[in-house]
Amino acid sequence: MIRLVPRSEPSAAWTYLAPVFAVALTVAAGFVLFALMGYDPVETLYHFFVSPLSSRYGVAELVVKATPLVLIGVGLSIGFRAGVWNIGAEGQLTLGAIFGGGLAIWLHDSESILLLPAMVVFGALGGALWAAIPALLKTRFNVNEILTSLMLTYVATLLLSALVHGPWRDPEGFNFPESRLFPDAGTMPILLDGTRLHLGALLAVVAVGVAWFILSKTLLGFQVKVVGAAPRAARFAGFSQARMVWFSMLLGGGLAGIAGLSEVAGPIGQLVPEISPGYGFTAIIVAFLGRLHPLGVLFAGLLMALSYLGGENAQIAVGLPTAVTGVFQGLLLFFVLAADLLVRYRIAFGSSPEAKAA
Amino acid sequence: MSLDPVILALITIVGAATPLLLAALGEAVVEKSGVLNLGVEGMMLVGAVAAFATAVGTGSSTLALLAAALAGAAMALLFGFLTLTLLTSQVASGLALTIFGIGLSALIGSPYVGTPLERLARLKVPGLSDLPVVGPLLFSHDVLVYFGLAMVPVIAWFLNRSRAGLVLRAVGDNHEAAHAIGYPVIRIRYMAVLFGGMMAGLGGAYLSLAYTPMWIEQMTAGRGWIALALVVFAAWRPVGILIGAYLFGGVTILQLHAQGGAMIDIASQYLSMLPYIATIVVLTLMSSGAARRRLQAPACLGRPFHPTA
Repeated sequence: MIRLVPRSEPSAAWTYLAPVFAVALTVAAGFVLFALMGYDPVETLYHFFVSPLSSRYGVAELVVKATPLVLIGVGLSIGFRAGVWNIGAEGQLTLGAIFGGGLAIWLHDSESILLLPAMVVFGALGGALWAAIPALLKTRFNVNEILTSLMLTYVATLLLSALVHGPWRDPEGFNFPESRLFPDAGTMPILLDGTRLHLGALLAVVAVGVAWFILSKTLLGFQVKVVGAAPRAARFAGFSQARMVWFSMLLGGGLAGIAGLSEVAGPIGQLVPEISPGYGFTAIIVAFLGRLHPLGVLFAGLLMALSYLGGENAQIAVGLPTAVTGVFQGLLLFFVLAADLLVRYRIAFGSSPEAKAA
Repeated sequence: MSLDPVILALITIVGAATPLLLAALGEAVVEKSGVLNLGVEGMMLVGAVAAFATAVGTGSSTLALLAAALAGAAMALLFGFLTLTLLTSQVASGLALTIFGIGLSALIGSPYVGTPLERLARLKVPGLSDLPVVGPLLFSHDVLVYFGLAMVPVIAWFLNRSRAGLVLRAVGDNHEAAHAIGYPVIRIRYMAVLFGGMMAGLGGAYLSLAYTPMWIEQMTAGRGWIALALVVFAAWRPVGILIGAYLFGGVTILQLHAQGGAMIDIASQYLSMLPYIATIVVLTLMSSGAARRRLQAPACLGRPFHPTA
């Protein structure tokens, strides 16, 4: 009989091995899935995981897709550590795009070098504002933040749709539901010629650095960890739960807002009804896969970006439905959560010593 | 036969309420056993696509409903294995279930986008269905509508009056004590989770077979999450869930009619926000202050159970 025996302290080796193990299991599951769907599994896996990275452009695209995932994942991981379940990052991303993008549309003939920084600030404000609603409801009225932040995602998507179908529609756009193109001064500069790699990638790296600093070097970061790991101890120490909710919601919302802005001011270049293929939700997986650590999130973001890129590539190469990407991402999160078991528990075979004694 | 627009609107409210009612009733039982399954949206979607594919493939609505219930249960089993056997976080695993369900249903459903399907048959009661007003309002619905309504007293009786329901609530309120008395905590929770999956699957089936008889990616549009909110709104009581589901159905239909009738000059998107905003408002009203309501919450909700001996 197989039993789970709690470890007296988390296994250091499995802390690092568990995510790798989960990825390996996901690839194995992909092999089976592709074979079941009638595709050559080896060829399909190659097109999914290897060939997208065989060119300079491909690697740049990987970074382009990882940028929003890392920005959001870093913020969410701090919240998840503190036990704050902000799952509405997709909505906060949308509000960031609306706020920052709105500024670009309003100042569409601006040539000021201050426009882009102002848009980033507006994007962060928009995301933080949207996250402030569940934070307020949670701290003031004890409303579950999971449900409110998620409901607000639907509201945000509808708001963006209303704006680009209505008042913000490009007057010269032949009635398409699109805003006018952002001016050059309101567009993310390209970092690598001939690719779409833009300044947002640097913002993501900065976010990782700042989050790492907050978590490991500041009292606030210490409080986040204590509140999440030992809520009772945190209460005795006088750490305010409400303050943690506000801090992690505003930070997570702000970073998601910047992610949204960097999408519309980067690869998209205008406001359109759909600005994200679910980055806000995928970032939840990124946060867990990265073991809620900023550096881990960076690697996990790149890996999840590969799942988007690989999905598109495999569709072109062998006609695999892109919906496979979603299945892959879901499976990966399952395996990550299950593999986490190995950090906290030891698997023992045979009946328990107590049972033998009895 | 021409129908009074008011009666027509009332009938459509039934349609909007039924998927919420089914999914929320199932989740209430799950939560009463102490398990929080946030994967309702994912289970509904997989149920919806399983029902649709089966209905198109076999032409049998009975088989379609069976497939939906089984598909929902299979998803729930996955969740149960993770949270009950492997002791993973229920919140994270529920989210994973939804993400996985969105992807899986899109994959299974991709050949069915745009495929037409005849609506789930409305049951006719000889004599009664032809009555004016009462006939169309009460006696011309499909089997899932009646099933959902019938489950309200059944689940209320089960939870409050039956011995098995008492054990289930004991497991949800204090799993250590229930385990010490000798109740199989994990097995009871597995059964509750599977039941929740079946109900969510049927709720999804109502969407793809009856409400809008077609398959659209993510056609649940957040209804799984609204169902979760309804359980809190209703303080885990089946009758409260019934009232809540019909209230939300009413809000949904109201905004649809406002859009169609152009009663107000406002972009349709703002009206479409109403059900989501209503959910937030109702949750806020219900969560603040009411200590009595918190007493209804299962004490072990969301806490993993690992028997030490």
